[in-house]
Amino acid sequence: MQKLLLLGDEAIAQGAIDAGISAVYAYPGTPSTEITEYIQASKQAAEKKIKSLWSANEKTAMETAIGMSYAGKKSLVCMKHVGLNVAADPFINSAVTGANGGLVVLSADDPSMHSSQNEQDSRFYGKFALIPVLEPSNQQEAYDMTRYAFELSEKFGTPVLIRVTTRLAHSRAGVTRAKESKQNSMQLPGDLQQFVLLPAIARRQYKRLLTKQELFENDGLESGFNTLIPGKDKSLGIVACGIAYNYLLENFEGGKVPYPVLKVGQYPIPAKLVEELYNSVDEMLVLEEGYPIFEELLRGYLNKGKTVRGRLEGSIPRDGELNPNIVGRALGLAITEGFETPSILRGRPPQLCEGCSHTDSFKALNEALEPYSGGRVLSDIGCYTLSALPPLESINSCVDMGASITMAIGAADAGLFPVVAAIGDSTFTHSGITGLLDAVNHNSPITVLLNDNSTTGMTGGQDSSAFGKVDDIVRGLGVEEEHIRVITPLRRNHEENVKVFQEELEYRGVSVIIARRECIQTLARRMKLKALEKRKEKTLA
Amino acid sequence: MKKDIIISGVGGQGILTISTVIGTAALSEGLELKQAEVHGMSQRGGDVQSHMRLSSDKIASDLIPQGQADIIISVEPLESLRYVEMLNREKGWLVTSMNPFNNIADYPPVEDILNAIWELPHYVTIDANRVAKDLGSIKAANIVVLGAASPLLDIKYDSLEEAIRTIFAKKGEDIIHLNLKALRAGRDYAQERT
Ligand SMILES: Cc1ncc(C[n+]2csc(CCOP(=O)(O)OP(=O)(O)O)c2C)c(N)n1
Repeated sequence: MQKLLLLGDEAIAQGAIDAGISAVYAYPGTPSTEITEYIQASKQAAEKKIKSLWSANEKTAMETAIGMSYAGKKSLVCMKHVGLNVAADPFINSAVTGANGGLVVLSADDPSMHSSQNEQDSRFYGKFALIPVLEPSNQQEAYDMTRYAFELSEKFGTPVLIRVTTRLAHSRAGVTRAKESKQNSMQLPGDLQQFVLLPAIARRQYKRLLTKQELFENDGLESGFNTLIPGKDKSLGIVACGIAYNYLLENFEGGKVPYPVLKVGQYPIPAKLVEELYNSVDEMLVLEEGYPIFEELLRGYLNKGKTVRGRLEGSIPRDGELNPNIVGRALGLAITEGFETPSILRGRPPQLCEGCSHTDSFKALNEALEPYSGGRVLSDIGCYTLSALPPLESINSCVDMGASITMAIGAADAGLFPVVAAIGDSTFTHSGITGLLDAVNHNSPITVLLNDNSTTGMTGGQDSSAFGKVDDIVRGLGVEEEHIRVITPLRRNHEENVKVFQEELEYRGVSVIIARRECIQTLARRMKLKALEKRKEKTLA
Repeated sequence: MKKDIIISGVGGQGILTISTVIGTAALSEGLELKQAEVHGMSQRGGDVQSHMRLSSDKIASDLIPQGQADIIISVEPLESLRYVEMLNREKGWLVTSMNPFNNIADYPPVEDILNAIWELPHYVTIDANRVAKDLGSIKAANIVVLGAASPLLDIKYDSLEEAIRTIFAKKGEDIIHLNLKALRAGRDYAQERT
């Protein structure tokens, strides 16, 4: 078959389509977003009627996929690493129910936090849930492993986790496809109590999961994704997980590593292979992108065996993503110097676009808050979080999606008044609605600024679940009509918008100010499409 | 053949288009390729870069090791300096637009930036905005810069032209021609200097 030039994310998407999925369920999040977008744009996926609409959040996505698995069909769930926190409840429990139709969860980690709040390592979640984890080292493996993940899931009746990191997700290379597998037809589980996690059944199911552990480990010996590559120089044995393997090869001419290497792509790592390597070398070096999970296991709590080098020991920095130079240094190799960075270089942080509605909202809010002391705006995650930086410097928190409203309730309970919660429309439907219900039920004296730019801006403008529904949701939760204020954040409305903020800040109950103006990026895209269509019509006429 | 290229600029300036043209051309010549990009709207207005690796042999890492880039192609002068640490000291070339994208408070004087670039052993600096404007649209400035780097790429000029035709096909003949002219203008400018 012909080679395709694909991002790691796209290779996963193509792998899932070819594996015969009937749906992808996802909430956007860098660096995972392109997987679902690829399936949404794929003609092949459309022909196969693969469902690919965005879910409201990662938890609803995960649960929907469990439902599809229950009904016997294959589906993929995609999210960024912190999304797995949101989906953790169904994720962990799906390991106990087990899978019927193939169930594969993709979590994309972001070491070095290129666009994230932390650099948590999803492999931990795999271990926590006691399920197999696959970690590709390149785009071809991303494709192959996605195919294999579905086989594994159905062979052992278990959900399978695939873990990638930013560099693979967002790097392109040639990928060769394999023959398509069929989609499943609907078939309910043979045991209709399999998914009923009442204690008595859950105990039985959990024991089943425990007995599968050995099978999972043995599979890692046969799948071909864990390989022990011999090397002459036995002074060092290297364990290279996922993409770290590429960085290792990069350091040696023609990729010829003199040391024995255990290339890891599937967890749990078979103890047999580790033992074989460990016994044949003087010292070990563990190269893993993310947390030193395997290094910690290998060295043990008391660290009394052979020297194990890595992030804990200090040969590799404790945080941040790997690269060829970090690996080279750990191997004691000389690093080629480039030119010295000139002192006139300046940082250029991302910023709100010229003409962004958020700028006008926060300018009005800033002015209304002038009479009060600072530190009163608890915010959320989205483009509007950039208002933390100069020149606006409007907000004082960004913790996790949905935390603005709930943190404002807590701060108000502690006596902070007035207090503002700033949240975007997509974040609101992701996990802000329940918080607002709390606020209404507690009659909390908070002012919510709901930045409705009618899209999921931060991740590139995906459809927002909130579109056209925000006002009704707010009203339906019980916010009083006269304290639901809709404003248009434009420079020319500045004075009247400041007034709206001033009035609501002084109200000792829940008020919601909906600042509504479309994201200028999605607006520009729509206009461009319109112009294209017009041109097409003209040429047709 | 082996070329490691860093492509840099400010989010929204069209560096992905440059990568796509080079990538498409390289693929048509049967080369191996790896290309690490920066994605996400969060990068808008911030610094963005792409690592592009071409080779007739297998490529291991998606990232270029420090001091080993053969070319930096930049659509913004300050951004070109952000990656000189990656540039090969003996044979590395820096090819950049001279037109500043000034969206930060402490943007240094352009003369200082250019002077720092001109201290490097191998560079091409081009007023890409003016060249593109003379051809009809400033939007083609990124392709002008690509043209200026084209003599250094070890890729046939025809393959680059063909890639532009493929990539801009949807946008109509006018846009294709504009970009082909932009590529040629950049190349002519550089050939007088490389
Ligand atoms: C749990 C979780 N899922 C996904 C993300 C990625 N993410 C960050 S902000 C955002 C959406 C923001 O959309 P919205 O609230 O509408 O604000 P906008 O960016 O449009 O201003 C997403 C999906 C995240 N940080 N955490």
